[in-house]
Amino acid sequence: MSDTTTDAGAPMQEGAKAREVRGYADVSGPTESKMVEQIGSQVARLKARLADVGAVVVIASGKGGVGKSAVTANLAVALVARGARVGAVDADLNGPSLGRMLGLLGSRLEDRPDGIVPARGPSGVLGISTELLIEEGAPLKWKGPDSDKFVWQGVTEAVTLREFMSDVVWGELDYLLIDIPPGTDKIGRFLDLVSEPDQVLLVTIPSEVASSVVSRSATQLKEAGVACMGVVGNMSGYAQPGGGDLLPLFTGPDISDVAESAGLELWAEIPFDPAFGTLTDQGAPPGSDGDSAAARAFAALAERVEQGPGGRESQR
Amino acid sequence: MKFLCIPCDEVMKFADRDLPGDGTITALFTCGACGRDMAMLANPMETQLVSSLGIEIGGRTVPEQPFQQTRSKLESPKDDAFVEATAGDASIDAAVNPAEAPAARLSVTWSDEANDRLTNVPKFVRGMVKRIYTDYAQEKGIPLITPDVMDRARTDLGLEGM
Repeated sequence: MSDTTTDAGAPMQEGAKAREVRGYADVSGPTESKMVEQIGSQVARLKARLADVGAVVVIASGKGGVGKSAVTANLAVALVARGARVGAVDADLNGPSLGRMLGLLGSRLEDRPDGIVPARGPSGVLGISTELLIEEGAPLKWKGPDSDKFVWQGVTEAVTLREFMSDVVWGELDYLLIDIPPGTDKIGRFLDLVSEPDQVLLVTIPSEVASSVVSRSATQLKEAGVACMGVVGNMSGYAQPGGGDLLPLFTGPDISDVAESAGLELWAEIPFDPAFGTLTDQGAPPGSDGDSAAARAFAALAERVEQGPGGRESQR
Repeated sequence: MKFLCIPCDEVMKFADRDLPGDGTITALFTCGACGRDMAMLANPMETQLVSSLGIEIGGRTVPEQPFQQTRSKLESPKDDAFVEATAGDASIDAAVNPAEAPAARLSVTWSDEANDRLTNVPKFVRGMVKRIYTDYAQEKGIPLITPDVMDRARTDLGLEGM
């Protein structure tokens, strides 16, 4: 396809009419290329799949390195411990870690005509991640012309994310957690697919930079019409192995102040617990199991999600 | 996207598409009034962009398969990421869609030669490709899939590389 030109080969001036030709909107009937119809069919498939999901819960931040995947994994396990049916989508296609944290590595995905059966971790959480699809240690790369990758790569990844939700046989779920990668653009890309997630958790740490990004993300989500958002303050302090008071980890702003300045509720403050972190990295996130401060925080967060829009306790 | 035959003021109908194998696509459109043909030629980047959307110009000839775009586009796929459903396709269809009786679907078998050729397809997409050929055979009422049937399906469905 070439640039629009006149018969003489010179570019047409904007607004100029080379000939009296009807415009797109003036020509009735479906498109012969059938592109719009196929996109519509994909959207319909996504909606049909999500119809059996009680609540889509997005875990985002905008900032990297704040522990979104660890929060997602432990929240998922904490919800399962309450008897919920939980699925998790690792939307971080380029830097996946949720599959590992949920203990899904090594799983093979059953390929059925009605979709791909998700992997099931030891805790019972169902999940999908690019970690299950590409060779260990290989970066995510797409086939295609090397030139102008920026033009098509984003579209390819958006479609993969759509397939992660629409082509997976999730069955009936109480919660589908979506672990969104860093970058406010990634939040926007997800909202293009699922315009109205039931709940959004914005994860931050007590640092000026992270908190500033969270505020921007909150504004973006509010402008997009997302109604239910809460702030999760991760690494809010250091939990000493032997117990006792939390020690400060960061000298940044208080998480409750961050939430207030963003106009959001603070849903949880989760301390950094080295043992907790190690278990999560090993694919055995404790969630709400145990009596540690982190476990209690995840128990409270799971309860908050259950009471939120689409949550099981909100429907009782 | 619509194509208008200006002299006739008629929307041109999609007629055919061709994948020459160089990453480009040719889509043919015909005017139903005057019979004039038009070819839309897309370069590799444009073709990739459309393909990245998981759509086919002119409409799908076979239903979209699960993870079709992801599986076909990954450069370093894990060879054993997928395992084919252990039960027969027909029984799974029946389990998912009880209204669709297994008897309504033609039982299709694969010749040894066709199975041999299938082993050339990467494991990552083999199940998906097998299903596409099986669906084609069922639709055409072909009880035995041979390499000839596979060739015919490739031509009819535009499945270059499968």
